[in-house]
Amino acid sequence: MGNRSSNTAGNGRGLSKNARNNLLGYFFIGPWLIMFLAFTVVPFFASLVLSFCDYNMLSAPTFVGWDNYVKLFTEDRLFTKSLLITLKFVFISIPLRLIFALIVAMILNRDSKMVPIYRVVYYLPSILGGSVAVSVLWRYVFAKEGVFNQFLNLIGIPCNISWISNKDTALWCIILLFIWQFGSPMLIFLAGLKQIPKTYYEAASIDGAGKVVTFFRITLPLLSPIFFFNLVMQMIGGFMVFSQAMIITDGGPLNNTMVYALYLYKQAFGYYKMGYGCAMAWILMIIIGFFTLLVFKSSSAWVFYENQISEGNGKKKRKRGGKKA
Amino acid sequence: MKKRNKTGFVIKNIFIFAFAIVMIYPLLWMLFSSFKPTNTIFATAGQLIPTTWTTENYINGWKGFGGVGFGTFITNSLIIALSATLGTIVSSALVGYGFARFEFKGKRILFTAMLLSMMLPAQVLMIPQYLWYKQLGWVNSYIPLIVPYCFAIQGFFVYLFSNFIGGIPKDLDEAAKIDGCSYWQIFVRIILPLMVPALVTGTIFSFMWRWDDFLSALMYVNKSAMYPVSLALKLFSDPGTSSDYGAMFAMACVSLIPSVVLFLTFQRYLVEGISTSGLKG
Repeated sequence: MGNRSSNTAGNGRGLSKNARNNLLGYFFIGPWLIMFLAFTVVPFFASLVLSFCDYNMLSAPTFVGWDNYVKLFTEDRLFTKSLLITLKFVFISIPLRLIFALIVAMILNRDSKMVPIYRVVYYLPSILGGSVAVSVLWRYVFAKEGVFNQFLNLIGIPCNISWISNKDTALWCIILLFIWQFGSPMLIFLAGLKQIPKTYYEAASIDGAGKVVTFFRITLPLLSPIFFFNLVMQMIGGFMVFSQAMIITDGGPLNNTMVYALYLYKQAFGYYKMGYGCAMAWILMIIIGFFTLLVFKSSSAWVFYENQISEGNGKKKRKRGGKKA
Repeated sequence: MKKRNKTGFVIKNIFIFAFAIVMIYPLLWMLFSSFKPTNTIFATAGQLIPTTWTTENYINGWKGFGGVGFGTFITNSLIIALSATLGTIVSSALVGYGFARFEFKGKRILFTAMLLSMMLPAQVLMIPQYLWYKQLGWVNSYIPLIVPYCFAIQGFFVYLFSNFIGGIPKDLDEAAKIDGCSYWQIFVRIILPLMVPALVTGTIFSFMWRWDDFLSALMYVNKSAMYPVSLALKLFSDPGTSSDYGAMFAMACVSLIPSVVLFLTFQRYLVEGISTSGLKG
């Protein structure tokens, strides 16, 4: 295989430039393409077809039209509940996660002797946060005798409830864990911060801009494409939250942490309602698609691309000049 | 003026430091609790450092449960995570090279499809994929956890690598071609050595994701002797399986060791790899 492949790649030189590019291109992406068609494209459409079927894996799927969708929206109370819980989860945890990620990235981007220590202390928890070990730990941090209550007692608030098994607070424990796991967006913010040329900040300080002004006028606009990328990816991830909820509460108490992906999993692999699960998956995709589109559409108003920088700065200066006058 | 700056500096650093403590405290608590006698963990939850140190939890935890030692779970996870990571990195580098260097028919559509697949919720594919794998007789084996990754199925890595390769000057390829290198040789001798930072970043991410992967293990692995650490730990901690919190905390700490070691060794590369590959919206 190795020999033959190097021959194919080498022989490409005898062909016309286009044919050679086609051959070589498909040679290198070929393995991916086959797998992509078989295990992404085919399942994608199979999922759509299945969502109109009743299928329990024992007998052949039967076509039921819109039944699954109708049932979901009219009869399934838990579906509506899980959808609302997930929306609440996403709208609270994602903005906070991004804000924390940005704050920590800015802390780590400073020139300070403490940075190597901070880097370990901040990176490590957030990067390990995705592991099952941390989700398991979380269950005991917010347990009745857990660290959180001990801490509250220490600062003079006597508290003796289990935050995990209380129906009003359980979701907040998962939200808190999700915020705590800000590792990957933070790394991307940090990489973005490092790419902002120092001269911009120097120019701003010569102009007499304070730290707050510099942040809103330079850092934030230049970081906005990265903020946009993070927002889209994190939002999608947020809608798909699963393992934290499954491990910490398994949907309880009283289904108050039954997030969408967990309910979907239970329907499909607990009750073997494959068609019903697929219908849920497609609804999820449409919801995610809707919010992603919303972010994309709004992006022209707040995302600032590099080729606009010089023009944008000019405008801002003029505005500022105008105010002074 | 200078003095005021200094107090400001101190206050800011105290704040940053306090925040850092809050961040790391739960992990420290788990680590120190794993060295406390198991019946005192919750009674002394407010106290970080154990009064009496013991390694009993590690000995008990290592025995595992259901007749399977914890060492087996670790080995299983290592097999899965290492082979899937190797497969992902090699295949994604190849596909990334293909996308970055050749103008073939349908490239734009395929590249867009790949990016879109990154945004596709896993739940949409999950059920048909499961049925597919069941049909192929792959359920209850490691194949679904390893093989797809050897075909660059995660768009994230292809995107990361193709961006990185795009940043390597094409002159180098041309020079090598004049010297008589085939495209395969250009890839192996020129591109691969230059993309080491991106490969390291990719390896860290991939290993951590595969190591922590919970959902696919839950779906595809049924025999307890085949459980990876993530699944074993979840069952270990379920009420009813065990009330030995000490052993559970001890094994949770053990399960984090590979990620911590990997992180401490390569943390410098993490940011470098991302910034040089120009990962942006």
